Amino acid sequence: MLSPAVVLLFLWMIVPLGMTVYFSFLRFNLLMPGTNDFTGFENYYYFFTDPSFWPALVNTLILVFGVLAITVIGGVGLAVLLDQPMWGQGIVRILVIAPFFVMPSVSALVWKNMLMNPVNGLFAAIARGLGLRPFDFFADAPLASIIAIVAWQWLPFATLILFTAMQSLDREQMEAAEMDGAGPVWRFVHLTIPHLMRAITVVVLIQTIFLLSVFAEILVTTNGGPGTASTTLTFLVYVQSMLQFDVGLGSAGGIVAVILANIVAIFLMRMIGKNLEA
Amino acid sequence: MTVTFRALLGVPLVLALAGTASAETTITVATVNNGDMIRMQRLMPDFYAKHPDIKVNWVTLEENVLRQRVTTDIASKGGQYDVLTIGNYEVPIWAKQNWLMPLDNLGADYDQADLLPQVAEGLTVDGKLYAVPFYAESSMLMYRTDLLEKAGLKMPENPDWAFITEAAAKMTDKKDGVYGICLRGKAGWGENMAFITSMNNSMGGRWFDMQWKPQFDSPEWKKTLETYLELMTKYGPPGASSNGFNENLALFQTGKCGMWIDATVAASFISDPKESKVADKVGFAPAPVRKGGENHGNWLWSWNLAIPATTSKADAAKTFVAWATSPAYTELVAQKDGIANVPPGTRTSLYKNPEYLKVAPFAKMTLTAIQSANTQHPSDQDVPYTGGQFVAIPEFQAIGTAVGQQFSAALAGRASAAQALGAAQAVTTREMQRAGYPK
Amino acid sequence: MAREATKGRKAVLTVVAWGIGLLIFFPILWTVITSFKTEAEAIASPPAFVDFHWTLENYTTVNQRSDYLLHFWNSVVISIGSTLAGLVIAVPAAWSMAFVPGRRTKDLLMWMLSTKMLPAVGVLVPIYLLARDTGLLDSRIGLVIVLTMVNLPIIVWMLYTYFKEIPGEILEAARMDGATLSSEILYVLTPMAVPGIASTLLLNVILAWNESFWTLNLTAANAAPLTAFIASYSSPEGLFYAKLSAASTMAIAPIMILGWFSQKQLVRGLTFGAVK
Repeated sequence: MLSPAVVLLFLWMIVPLGMTVYFSFLRFNLLMPGTNDFTGFENYYYFFTDPSFWPALVNTLILVFGVLAITVIGGVGLAVLLDQPMWGQGIVRILVIAPFFVMPSVSALVWKNMLMNPVNGLFAAIARGLGLRPFDFFADAPLASIIAIVAWQWLPFATLILFTAMQSLDREQMEAAEMDGAGPVWRFVHLTIPHLMRAITVVVLIQTIFLLSVFAEILVTTNGGPGTASTTLTFLVYVQSMLQFDVGLGSAGGIVAVILANIVAIFLMRMIGKNLEA
Repeated sequence: MTVTFRALLGVPLVLALAGTASAETTITVATVNNGDMIRMQRLMPDFYAKHPDIKVNWVTLEENVLRQRVTTDIASKGGQYDVLTIGNYEVPIWAKQNWLMPLDNLGADYDQADLLPQVAEGLTVDGKLYAVPFYAESSMLMYRTDLLEKAGLKMPENPDWAFITEAAAKMTDKKDGVYGICLRGKAGWGENMAFITSMNNSMGGRWFDMQWKPQFDSPEWKKTLETYLELMTKYGPPGASSNGFNENLALFQTGKCGMWIDATVAASFISDPKESKVADKVGFAPAPVRKGGENHGNWLWSWNLAIPATTSKADAAKTFVAWATSPAYTELVAQKDGIANVPPGTRTSLYKNPEYLKVAPFAKMTLTAIQSANTQHPSDQDVPYTGGQFVAIPEFQAIGTAVGQQFSAALAGRASAAQALGAAQAVTTREMQRAGYPK
Repeated sequence: MAREATKGRKAVLTVVAWGIGLLIFFPILWTVITSFKTEAEAIASPPAFVDFHWTLENYTTVNQRSDYLLHFWNSVVISIGSTLAGLVIAVPAAWSMAFVPGRRTKDLLMWMLSTKMLPAVGVLVPIYLLARDTGLLDSRIGLVIVLTMVNLPIIVWMLYTYFKEIPGEILEAARMDGATLSSEILYVLTPMAVPGIASTLLLNVILAWNESFWTLNLTAANAAPLTAFIASYSSPEGLFYAKLSAASTMAIAPIMILGWFSQKQLVRGLTFGAVK
């Protein structure tokens, strides 16, 4: 019963991965056919000594943790808020989840051009209206701007899952605690948060998978710059394999990225495995 | 899929009808989403009227996506496209790999001799033409006549960089949202590096010496980058480090730039009253030179149509390519959309057409700019490469973009000019060493 | 003792929630508004919110320039096709993981998820070469296969966590009544898991609809979905905000409407085993 999925996934992973490992040991550039010599670890040497490598690694971590922090905190806040009695709750929920349906490239284009552009964007217009100097988002805070865009896209997802989890919160326990004189903060910390812990780990796990491969948002907005200020590992691999068409180097980068992603994954699994134990 | 299927089903039918009917051929054309290409798609009814047996499928993409897609496809022989839109950077490199089909004999009324020699030269390898130009551009200075007058200055016939700096300073009025100069700052070999490389050529600099040693430690590069940074940080618009051609075009059209040095095709956009608020206040001048220098660093870029060697529909593809770049196409655009909108920079005859010269005030300057582009000897010093605003080697896309990142970081204030040049030198040395130069 | 929320409190909460909701929704609203402006109005400063000359010309232009229906249809086929294919493969797998767990089940699950961490750019060339050799470049079938594989781990995991919450006794009872394995899955398990399957389905349609790496890189003219359609409107020459907005609105509207109408179903099964 398991086998079709496992076999297919195994093939899906192992065939391209095997080819990538193989390519990573070749001098293989699409633009210069006919020179596929075996070069040992030369590609890896060049990937690790690339001056963008360490900044890219750091940027990747900042991006992932930044977005996770915003979406988890914001998601918990929104889930609690949406759980309160109010008029038009259904419509508010629709408004809040809407960004999840927007393609990454579209949201990057919209934020870059129509909102954050320092001359023609809406934020600049507002700043000028208030007599302030427009902030130049992608030059002065490139990574933070990208984190904001990506967080905007993933906040709805976190909210949805956390909101679903809120539905099963034990109301009687809540009320009992309130009767005992527990304030809203105490109840939030001692009842709501523990209840949401499992949902939070799920959000962290799924989002990490997607955040490690964030790409369109960077390509559209900053192209990894200025300098290497917003280059992530995925983007670095893209630059090498798609701009340079250096398949060997790009493959080596891909393998390194897979290994790093799996290290992150192992940590996550450890953390979450415990939380998901039924 | 469907093609094979239909082909299989069609075998008996074709056998039966052999000689009486010809099957419809579908070709796939990959192109960039620039205005002239969009216009071509609108004018397709004319093509279908003349060639009812050919159907054209369009793949229209933004420039960077297009380049990535077609390069992947042609290099891996994917065969998804029958006609490609590529730049004059790719043509010689790809032609040497035998990836492109030579394009001679495009028909008697094609008039190949009419193509501007500077443009055709960039598309010719070993005497054979491997792509035909759809439109071509060089670089020039565009400026606001009203602002220059207000600043109390007069545009010299051959402005130098000192004059540009002075004019930029005097035209800037940040309170009013007017910036003295707009230049490309977005990182990329075809974005900021196109401009900065040209500027460096005008300063007498070069990318590599004859041993392929990078020259970012030379005084010319220092002068280039410092002048560029001074102009942009003092008199440029905010957010300049993410401005490319399109962003600057929008800025100029909305009256926010005093001067703009960029592609000659921009001239028709900024003088079109339907799109530009400043259409009646623009002037044109040659790209600046260094004091006493004569090299304007004119770049040369053309968007060309080429046919991959792998295509199985060479005849239909050739028919299409000939239609889209022939003198007849120029007439078609003139008749439908007005002669000011014909694709510029490819044919000598256009610049002899009095009607065109009348409606296009920028025509003469465009022609001069293209004619003075010297892609064979771009610098005053000797160089081992060709190309005006680029270095025509396969590695340049990556190197140019990496260096462009350093310069855009300097523009964003994240590095000094010296740091950026040092990093550029290091990254270029490294990549060239990896690529095995000197070859 | 149920506590009635005071009217005042409810009013404050309503205002706060609507404020935040509108703020989050604003970029989309702004895109839709801009799509009805002329290009000049789209970059006018100060910007107009309602007080401008509303026009449909951008939509007309976009429709003239691109074959929207073709791209739309490709998006539909690819996202629904890959989700259904994924379900067919994933249901048995998730079933056996949930009801016949082995020692390695959890590791297997985690391994499946980790396949998603392979950076797509790193394997583009191998996949491209494979697609070329199998004739699947620029075909909807090719994209369905690729996206099925891309989203399969998420599907398996969602179903697994959902199945796990179904008490095993019910299945045992069915087995006692002589149900075969396949009828057990088909008639007993599946109906009980409908909410979970529905939200898995919806989530994956959304993910597949918005997938913009493979869909852009493996297609040309025939199979290109809406992600490729958008790529022809990003940063062309000249003013483009209004046209970009119109194209964006057209690209995201179908999936957003679907999402809004089905949000109850989406939410119901979106537990990922996180709710006890």
